[in-house]
Amino acid sequence: MLAMIRWVLWRELTVAMRTKSEVLTTLFFFVIVITLFPLGVGPETETLELIGPGILWVAALLASMLSLTRMFSEDYQDGTLEQMLVASQPLVIIVASKIFAHWMVSGLPLVIISPLLSLQLGLDMESTLILMLTLLIGTPILSLIGAVGAGLTLGVRGGGVLLSLLVLPLYIPVLIFGAGAVEAVRAGLEVEAHLSLLGAFLVLAMVLAPWGTAASLRISLD
Amino acid sequence: MQMLTKAFWLQLSTPKAFYPVAGTLAPCFMMLAVILCVIGLYIGFFVAPVDYQQGNSYRIMFIHVPAAWMGMFIYLVMCAYATIGLIWNTRLSSMMASALAPTGALFTFIALWSGAFWGKPTWGTYWVWDARLTSFLILLFLYIGYMSLQAAIDDQQKAAKASALLALVGVVNIPIIYFSVKWWNTLHQGMSVTVTDAPTMAPSMAWSMFIMAFAFWMYAIGIALMRVRTIILERERHAAWVQDLGNKGANHG
Repeated sequence: MLAMIRWVLWRELTVAMRTKSEVLTTLFFFVIVITLFPLGVGPETETLELIGPGILWVAALLASMLSLTRMFSEDYQDGTLEQMLVASQPLVIIVASKIFAHWMVSGLPLVIISPLLSLQLGLDMESTLILMLTLLIGTPILSLIGAVGAGLTLGVRGGGVLLSLLVLPLYIPVLIFGAGAVEAVRAGLEVEAHLSLLGAFLVLAMVLAPWGTAASLRISLD
Repeated sequence: MQMLTKAFWLQLSTPKAFYPVAGTLAPCFMMLAVILCVIGLYIGFFVAPVDYQQGNSYRIMFIHVPAAWMGMFIYLVMCAYATIGLIWNTRLSSMMASALAPTGALFTFIALWSGAFWGKPTWGTYWVWDARLTSFLILLFLYIGYMSLQAAIDDQQKAAKASALLALVGVVNIPIIYFSVKWWNTLHQGMSVTVTDAPTMAPSMAWSMFIMAFAFWMYAIGIALMRVRTIILERERHAAWVQDLGNKGANHG
């Protein structure tokens, strides 16, 4: 089983490193969306500081959603996914490894680049650290929930737009507590409650989402 | 005897046996809905007293509150049908789930829309980002997602299963979303107006509201039965009995 996890991770990361476009597209999308906001609402520092946590989180949400369609589609097209379904290893384990690999390729880069954008929007050091922490806990949840949607919309016409319709409402709690934690630290309040809730969501999603994704893949490839 | 009743119910759960039964029952439920609606609206408009704070504008409550109840209730019923269909692979349950979705979405929309019209005279604004309003909007999104997924997949068996799984994911998330939105709202500054403080109401107001809720409930059952008949014909169109039905209809016509 461990060998299987290692194999899936190695394979996914190798594919991502060789094509590179997946990592870079998500990352640049995130940066560009953040750049658009000051141009749209004006360069006043107070305004940017006020809306900063919110727009950083919304941009992260959209960026991670953008990369979801590619989680299974290539494997689906070349038949790898079917082989995974009939493999002797449990599908849940394979799916969980795939989701983890997806997060490392699309979620983790966002966490790493976020301090730069956060400073651009005029947030202070403490808020930036909390932002990084919430993104670190929150982006895996986005990949986990998104995987179920990606499995359901596999091979469906208009899948990309449909996926956003299915997944974005389910992202709302993560957005609320992710952005809320940064808001709270700016207001000088405790952030522990926000972080604990995000952690609870992560645990819940880790337990349930791989099963849901496995079920959705079985339905889609039926 | 017990065996017989069991066999009867099991037989009723096949689309073929259910189709004529639904055809007989649907008009009855619709009739009940109309009667209850007339009674409920009569009490609501002519018997219930004028509210001393809100004047006559409160009367939109007789549509708004029952619609909101049904919006939530139908989602749960839909999920129950979808789950049964997913686990036991019963065709009729999946059909019922898809038949209920548009009605649920409609009631949720009516609740939001009538709420906006009620909000204008009482709060002075059509929309506030109150926890209840926001979570209802999200409920509408969940309905729309469910229906879109079902519409996007051509294979109907697959569409039923996929949307059932989505409904299940949605029902796990509903309490999480609801409480998140509620806490999000309390984290921001307090609202000057809240929807939550329920005024003590005159008995005739309560009666009108309950009768209207029953009217909407009957309407939901009636329209779902009518819709499920269409869905049965659509999904079972290759079955011999449906083709017979079609031939008979053609001969009569």
